[in-house]
Parts: sequence; C-alpha cells; structure tokens
Amino acid sequence: MGDAIFSFFATAAGVLVLVLLGAIIVSLFIGGLHSFLKFGARFLFSVDWDPVQNVYGAAVPVYGTIITAVLALILAVPLAFGIAFYLTELAPVWFRRPVGTAIELLAAVPSIIYGMWGFFVVVPFMATYVEPHFIDTFENVPVLNALFQGPPFGTGIATAALILAVMIIPFIAATMRDVFLTVPPVYKESAYGVGCTTWEVMRSIVIPYTRISVVGGIMLGLGRALGETMAVTFVIGNTNRITANLFGSGNTIASLVALEFGESEAGSLKLSSLLALGFILFVISFIVLTISRMLLKPKAAK
Amino acid sequence: MSATISSGPARNTSVAEQMSRSRHRANSIVKALCVLATVIGLAFLASILWTLLSLGFGGISLNVFTEITKAPGSNGGLLNAIIGSLIQTILGAAIGTPIGIMVGTYLSEYAVGTRLGNIVRFISDILLSAPSILIGLFVYQIMVLGYGYSGIAGAISLAIIVIPVVVRTTEDQLRLIPTALREAAVALGAPKWKSIVYICYRSALDGIATGILLAVARVAGETAPLLFTSLGNDNWSVNLGKPMSSLPLTIYKFAGSPNDDWVQLAWAGALLITFGVLALNIIARIVLRPRS
Repeated sequence: MGDAIFSFFATAAGVLVLVLLGAIIVSLFIGGLHSFLKFGARFLFSVDWDPVQNVYGAAVPVYGTIITAVLALILAVPLAFGIAFYLTELAPVWFRRPVGTAIELLAAVPSIIYGMWGFFVVVPFMATYVEPHFIDTFENVPVLNALFQGPPFGTGIATAALILAVMIIPFIAATMRDVFLTVPPVYKESAYGVGCTTWEVMRSIVIPYTRISVVGGIMLGLGRALGETMAVTFVIGNTNRITANLFGSGNTIASLVALEFGESEAGSLKLSSLLALGFILFVISFIVLTISRMLLKPKAAK
Repeated sequence: MSATISSGPARNTSVAEQMSRSRHRANSIVKALCVLATVIGLAFLASILWTLLSLGFGGISLNVFTEITKAPGSNGGLLNAIIGSLIQTILGAAIGTPIGIMVGTYLSEYAVGTRLGNIVRFISDILLSAPSILIGLFVYQIMVLGYGYSGIAGAISLAIIVIPVVVRTTEDQLRLIPTALREAAVALGAPKWKSIVYICYRSALDGIATGILLAVARVAGETAPLLFTSLGNDNWSVNLGKPMSSLPLTIYKFAGSPNDDWVQLAWAGALLITFGVLALNIIARIVLRPRS
C-alpha cells in the first residue's frame, strides 16, 4: 500500500515537470497569439518596435540576442578552454580545487550584480580605455571601421557581450574540465611516452577524444547567454535598431521584455508582442539546449 | 613532463633539435596563455568582489536593517526588501524542494532506463538552463493576470527554478548509493518506499542538502522572474496576496536612480545578497566534500 502511494507521488512529480514545461510553452504562445495573428509572419522579420503606432516586430531583439550571445561565446570559449586546460593539466594538484571553486563562484554571482558591476565598472572602463583605442586604430580600415565606430559611450553590444562572456565562462570551463578528466590516463601517458609536450597531448589526444562534449559545453554556454536578462538590461543601451557597430546600443529579447513590460497594459497588443518575443526566446533556447544535451549525452551517461 | 633536449647553446644545431625547440616553445606559449586565461578569470571575480566591498561597505548601517525603503534623502533602509526576499526565497524553496526530491527519486529509483524517465530527465535539464525571465512571464500569465501581483506568485516562480536544481543533485546523489544497500533493505523485508526513505535518503542526506542550499543560493538573487510576479513594494508588506518587496528588485530600482543615497543602498543590498549567495555556495561545497 505504502509502496503504491509513494511510487504514485514520484511518478506524478516526474509528470509534473513535463506538464510544467508544456504549460510554459503553451502560456507564452497563447499570450503572444494576439500579436502573431495581427502581424503574422511579418512579426518575425519586421524591424519596427513602435508603441506610438502600435506596430511591433521581433527582428531587432532577435538579432541583438543572437549577436550578443555569439560575441560572448567568441570571447568566452578561449578563456574557458585556457582555464580548463590549466585546471586539468598545468596547475599543481593542491591548487586545482581552490582555483576551480573560485571560477565556479563566478556562476553563483547573481545576474543583477553583473548588471551593476557592468554599469559602474565595465562601462566606464570600455568608454575610457577600450573603445577610443579601437575606434582610432581601425578608423581607416574598411569593414573593421564599421564594426568599431564612435562615440564611445561604453554601453552597447560589445559591453553586453563582454559581461555575458564573464557570466558563461564558469559553465563552459566546468564542462570542459569535467570532460577533459574523462580521457583515460593511458592514452595521455602513451603520448607523453613518445615525447609529446603537454600542449601536443592536449591538441592531439584530449581534444579529439572530447571534441563532441566540448561543443556541447559551448552550446550550454550559448543557451545561458541567450536568455540572460538583468546583466544585459543594465548595459545594452536599449535602442531598437540593427547596427553593425559593436559599440552602438541595441537590445535583446530579454532586455526588451524586462524594460518595457512595466509600461504595457494587460491585454494590450504591446504586452502580447512581448509575450510573443518570450515564446521566440523559448524556442531558440530550447533548440540550443537540446543540441547541447544531445552532444553531452554519450559521455555524461556514465 | 618529457625532458627538454639540449637546453644549452648547441654547437651543431641539427634539424631535429630545431624542431624540438620550436615544439617546446609552442608548449611554453600555450601554457603561459592558459595561466593568463585563469588569471583573467580570477581577476573578474576579484573585480566584482572588490567593487561590492568598496562601494557597498560604506552603505551598510543599522538603518539598512531597521528601516524600510523610503523616499530619497529620508534615511531609508532595506528591511522590507530583506524580509520580502527571505519570505519568497524560503517559500519558493519549501514548495520546490519536495517536488524536486520526488522527481529525483522517480528518476533514480523508478524510471531507470524507461522512456518516460529519459524524457523527464531531459526536460528537467532544459528547465535548469531555461531563461528565468520566461518563468516570470509564465507565472504572470497563469496567476498575475487573474489575481494580481503578489508575493505568492513570486514564490511560485522561484519554486519552478528550484525544482530542476534539486532534481539534478537528488538523482546524482541517489545513484551513488551502492545497490547492496538497497538489496540489504529488501532482504530484511522492507517495502521499496521504506528502503528509499530510511536507507537511501538517509545516506544521501548530505548531497540532497547541498542541492537545496545551491537551489536557495540560485533563487535568492533572481530578479527577472520577480519583475512580473511580485512586482516590488516600497511599503512594509508581508501579505503574500499583495505585491511584495525583495532585495533584487529594490537593487534594480535603486541602482538606476539618480539619487545618491538610493544608489548607496543598492550597493549595500548588492553586497548583502552576493556575500549571502557566495557563502551558501561555499557551505554547500564544504558539506559535499566528504562524499566526493
């Protein structure tokens, strides 16, 4: 009797998780339905976001979401790889735990703290040291001068990407470290035995062996970066336009929803459009996280 | 590490030695870059902690803990925000934890290798990494639209974030328990649920507690889901049916304001919440250490 009850509750809890995710998708879709019906497929491709005319489109925030997340990956992956390599092969054994813990603590710092740190520390730093330097250096270089244009306010896409990068480094580094540790020592020892250097062992043995899981870890970081809200909200500048200028302001789905939700009436087309954006963000995140999970699976299932 | 060949000045530099030297040079460069990457990573953490200490410490006074948020210039504090955060975090953990433990139990004890189990595990992992702002929008849709902004809506959105964190650690910890232990319980004639509750939970207690601590740490700093659910409240309110204040929301509001004393309070709040969250993480790691 007790067994039946207990197993019922356990199964019910499991099913509840499925129901929860289903309910999230359905509720966001229903919330955005008004907007989807009104604008149709144009909602996806329109660059308008005009509360005065009551015309809304998703193209700009979707672009901002993807560009900041991808830039964040470009910054974060080499650093995370370096950290994982250091923690698995180079650091003295007694030093690995404290350093690893410190890096993991970066993931524990709340998002809003990254926002404040970004706004009060990173933005002035970018405006004073980084952006003027880039703008001057690439002033006469075609293509690059379109990416790095003034004025150097410090806020904008590049700063948001930098902060996102710091936030996802611990996730990517931790995954890389864990999968690097799954390489059987005998493989590495054989390579050392024929005279390989540490870097050669990493490049020719460890990376090929863990390649798929490493990509999975990177996708996990991408999934995290896509939906990050508060940190981005503080520094992105919230402008609804698509620009190649990385020092220009922009927006992301999450930052737009966080900033404009309070100004939207219940039942309005604007609120519906924000919920529709939430639905789109969910779909993008779901796809990225599913890919990540599938890539990580073979090694994760011990 | 392999021994370096010919470190001194070589008189007859052979091709092999040149190649060896360039290989070792590449090795040294990569190693140096990895050390640099780690230093940069640690520097980010140091910069965040230093910023919080240098800007937040000056704002910590008795007023922070005894006064509620007030208009600029009237010596307000953060009492209502601190209490609101505690209520919503604890309530969220109290709702989410039992569900998370049951899901973890289901995955580890009942659904091993089954199709449904794999799907539940997969979906739970998606929820673990899903953007928290969407959880807020979801709770807005199902609760706030009908009943208005409330502390309970905030707590429920936090509970939804707690569940997958607890699921992950509970399942992992239960799986570490040797099968022999379960078999021993069954051999004594204990029903399955008794072996789970009295044997498995008891031996996995440290690990499950760690998961709960990590979940609390995760939601204590969550801001985005509360924006659309508990909304924030500048007055004293512990009524779960009304909008409720919380530290992250107050920090968000105050940090962006032009009033110096509000910004100062935001930093004080940021200091409190970050060190609280980091302390929970470190405690969780210490608790887990003997098992790992």
